[in-house]
Amino acid sequence: MSATVESAAPEQMVTADGTPLKVSLARARRRARNRALLLVAPLFLFIFITFFIPIFSMLFRSVENELVGNTLHRTVPLLQNWDESGDTIPGEEVFAALQQDFVEAQKTKSAGRPGRRLNYEKPGFSSLFRKTARKAQKLEPPYQEAFIKISKDWGDVEYWRVLKRESGNYTKSYYLSALDFSYDPEGNVVKNPGEESIYIKLFWRTLWMSMLITVLCLVLAYPISYLLSTLPARTSNLLLILVLLPFWTSLLVRTSAWIAILQQEGVINDFLVFLGFLSDDGRLAMIHNQVGTIVAMVHVLLPFMVLPLYSVMKTIPPSYLRAARSLGANPFTAFVRVYMPNTVAGIGAGGILVFIIAIGYYITPALVGGQSGTLISNLIAYHLETSLNWGLAAALGAILLGGVLVLYLLYDKIVGIDNMKLG
Amino acid sequence: MKKLFTQTLLAAAVATTAVSTAAAKDLVFVSWGGAYTASQQKAYHEPWMAMNPDIKIVNDDSGGGALAKLRAMQEAGNLTWDLVDMTAASAIVACDEGLVMEIDHDALLAAAPDGTPASKDFGEMIASPCFIPQIVYSTTIGYRTDMVGDTPPTTINDFFDLEKYPGKRSLEKLPLNNLEWALLADGVPADQIYEVLDTDEGVKRALAKLDTIKDHVVWWEKGAQTPQLLADGEVVMGSTYNGRLFSVIEEEKQPIGMLWDWQVFDLDGWVVPVGGKNEEDVLKYLKFATDTQRLADQAKYISYGPARASSAPMVGKHAELGIDMGPHMPTDPNNAKNTLLYNYEFWADNTDDLNEKFQAWLAQ
Repeated sequence: MSATVESAAPEQMVTADGTPLKVSLARARRRARNRALLLVAPLFLFIFITFFIPIFSMLFRSVENELVGNTLHRTVPLLQNWDESGDTIPGEEVFAALQQDFVEAQKTKSAGRPGRRLNYEKPGFSSLFRKTARKAQKLEPPYQEAFIKISKDWGDVEYWRVLKRESGNYTKSYYLSALDFSYDPEGNVVKNPGEESIYIKLFWRTLWMSMLITVLCLVLAYPISYLLSTLPARTSNLLLILVLLPFWTSLLVRTSAWIAILQQEGVINDFLVFLGFLSDDGRLAMIHNQVGTIVAMVHVLLPFMVLPLYSVMKTIPPSYLRAARSLGANPFTAFVRVYMPNTVAGIGAGGILVFIIAIGYYITPALVGGQSGTLISNLIAYHLETSLNWGLAAALGAILLGGVLVLYLLYDKIVGIDNMKLG
Repeated sequence: MKKLFTQTLLAAAVATTAVSTAAAKDLVFVSWGGAYTASQQKAYHEPWMAMNPDIKIVNDDSGGGALAKLRAMQEAGNLTWDLVDMTAASAIVACDEGLVMEIDHDALLAAAPDGTPASKDFGEMIASPCFIPQIVYSTTIGYRTDMVGDTPPTTINDFFDLEKYPGKRSLEKLPLNNLEWALLADGVPADQIYEVLDTDEGVKRALAKLDTIKDHVVWWEKGAQTPQLLADGEVVMGSTYNGRLFSVIEEEKQPIGMLWDWQVFDLDGWVVPVGGKNEEDVLKYLKFATDTQRLADQAKYISYGPARASSAPMVGKHAELGIDMGPHMPTDPNNAKNTLLYNYEFWADNTDDLNEKFQAWLAQ
C-alpha cells in the first residue's frame, strides 16, 4: 500500500487506505448500484420467465414453420429442383422419397400435424395426408401412379405448389392471412375480395370501438371522480365502495345482468312499452349488437377510469379554483383553464388503462356482441381454442400488440408518458 | 410456540400420509361439467369407484377448451389429465396432432352381451381410430309453443320462413349445421349436401339462403344461450343440443317444443392422452364404462342416445323425473325421420376455410 502512496501524484487526493478518491468513489457507487440491481433482480427474472419468454415463444409461432420440412425430410430437399411454375407434377424420385417419408411418419403417428398445417393453405390436405399415411406401407413402385391412385390430389400441381411453398423453416403465410391476403393457384400473393376479407375489418372495428368505449368511460367517470374528490371523506368513501362493488362482482354475472336489462323482452323495453313510448312489436334491439357490447364494456371498465382520475383529483388543492375565481375567472373558465389541466395525468392514465384492456377484451363481446359486436380478440380466441391454428392466432396477436405499441408511442409523443399518474 | 408449530407440522404430515394411503390414486377425467358430467359420475364413475376403492376419479370441467389445453400440456411435457371427453370432430384433430392414443377397439373394449365385437357394436360411430364413442347427440331446433300460433313448425323450411313465423331466431356462430340446414331448406337433397358444399357456388348458395334471415338471427357461442333466449321469449326458434332442450322443457317446464326435422347427429366420446401416467387403470375403466349396460345407464340421467347399437333397447326411465327416456332420444324412430350425420371427413378438411368465409359473411 505504501508503494501506491509514494507513486501517486502529490496533488491527487487519496482515501485513508491510500486508494485514489476517484477510484474509491466509483467503486462505492458500483457497489450501491449492484446492490440495487440485486434487489430488483428477482422481479426482473420473474417477469422475464413468466412474461417475456412465453410471449415471445408464442409470437415466434407466427413465422415458425418447421413441421412440414421435418416430417417430409427426404421429399422437401428434392422438391427444390422441381419447377413449380410449370404444369407438371414432380417426378418419380420425389414420389419415392415421399413414400419413405410417409411410412416413417405413419410409424411415429406424425403425418397428421403437417397435414393440418397445409390444410390452412389449401383445404383437402388434412384428409389427403391421413389417407396417404394409412396406405403408404403397402405402396409399390411406380410410386407416382400409386400415390395418384390413393387420391388424385397427388396429381394436382396446385397441391405440390403449396407443399413446396410451405416447406421452408419460416413462413409469411400466417401474416398474409391475418392481413386478408392469400395465394392464388399460381402462387402469387393477392388481396382477398371484399366479401371474404375479415381481419382488417375487425381490427378497425376493435380500434374504433375501444376508442369510443374509452371516451364514454371518461365522460362518465369525470363527474363521478370530481364528486368523489370534493365530498367529505365519509360520504366519498361510501360512494367509492359503490364504484368498486361492481368491480368485485364476477364479470359473467355483470354481463348476464346487462342481457336481462337490455334484451327485447327485458326491463328497459318492458318499461318503455308500459309507458307507451314503444309499441309491443317495435321493441328496441339493444343487445347482441354493437350497442350492447359498448354498454356492457363501458360498465365493466368504468372503475379503471374512475380510480386514477379520483386519485389525481384528490391531490389538487381546492385553493387553486378559489384563487382563479378571486382573480376574476368565471366558474367555467376556472374549471377549464385551471382545474382540467391539472387532471391530465389522471385522464392519460385512465385512458390508456381502459383502452388497452378494451382492445383485448373477449368475454363480453362473445356473450353480447352478436354479429356486429365481434372483436378481433374473439377470433384470436377461436384460433387458439377451436381451430388450433396457433400460428394465425400469434400473427393476429402480434399485429394487435404492434398496433398498441404504435399508439403508445404516439401518446408519448403527443402527451408524454411521464405525465401519466396512477395515483 | 415452536413446539406447537412442530406438532402441527407432524400432525399434518401424518394426516397427509393417511389420506394418500386411503386413496392411492387420483385419476383426472376431463369433461363438459354440469348435467353432463353429473350423468357420467352417476352412470360410470361411481359404480367403478365402488369396485376399485383405491382409486378416486376427479372431474375437471374444462371440456370446452380441452383441445388447446391438451396441446399446451403435451408441448410442455406436463400432462396432468388421464382421460378426456371430446366431440368426434375434436378427437379427429387431437388424433391428427398425435395428442391422443390410437385405440384397438376390439382388444380394449367389452363386446356386446350377444358377443358382437365392440367395433361392430359401435359401427360407424368410431369416427377416428383414437375415438371411443359414448353418446349420440343432435343439434336441433327448439321453438316457443306459445309464439307460433296454432300451427307449430314441422320442417326445417319453417325455420327460414319469416312470414309464417315472424320473430328472431338463434343459430350457432359457426358454419357447421347452419350451412347444411340452409341448403336443405333451399331444396338440395340430403345426400348431395356435402357435394354441393364442396364447391364455391354451393357455399355462396348456402350463405345466400342464410342472408334471407340474417337480420333476424341472434348468434350464440355457448350451448346454454339458446335455452335462455327461448325461455326469455327473445327468440321464436333456435338451434342447440337436444339435451339442453330436454332439460328446459321437461325439468324447467318452459313452453318450448322440439323441431326434430333434419337434426344433425354428432358424437361425443373419450380419448386417451398419449403418455398418461395411469394408462393401465384408465384402460380398465374404459372397458367397464363403455360396455352395453353402462352406456344405457347414462341415458337415465340425460337425454343423449347411447353410441352402442346393443344399448338402445335397454334405455329406461329418467332417474328423477320417472319419464320414459326412449321418446326423448334423438335416435328414437319418431324423432329420427330426417337426420343428417355430420360428415367428419368433409369438416376436417373444410372447417378452417368455411369458418373464415362464414365469419367474413357475418362481418359484412
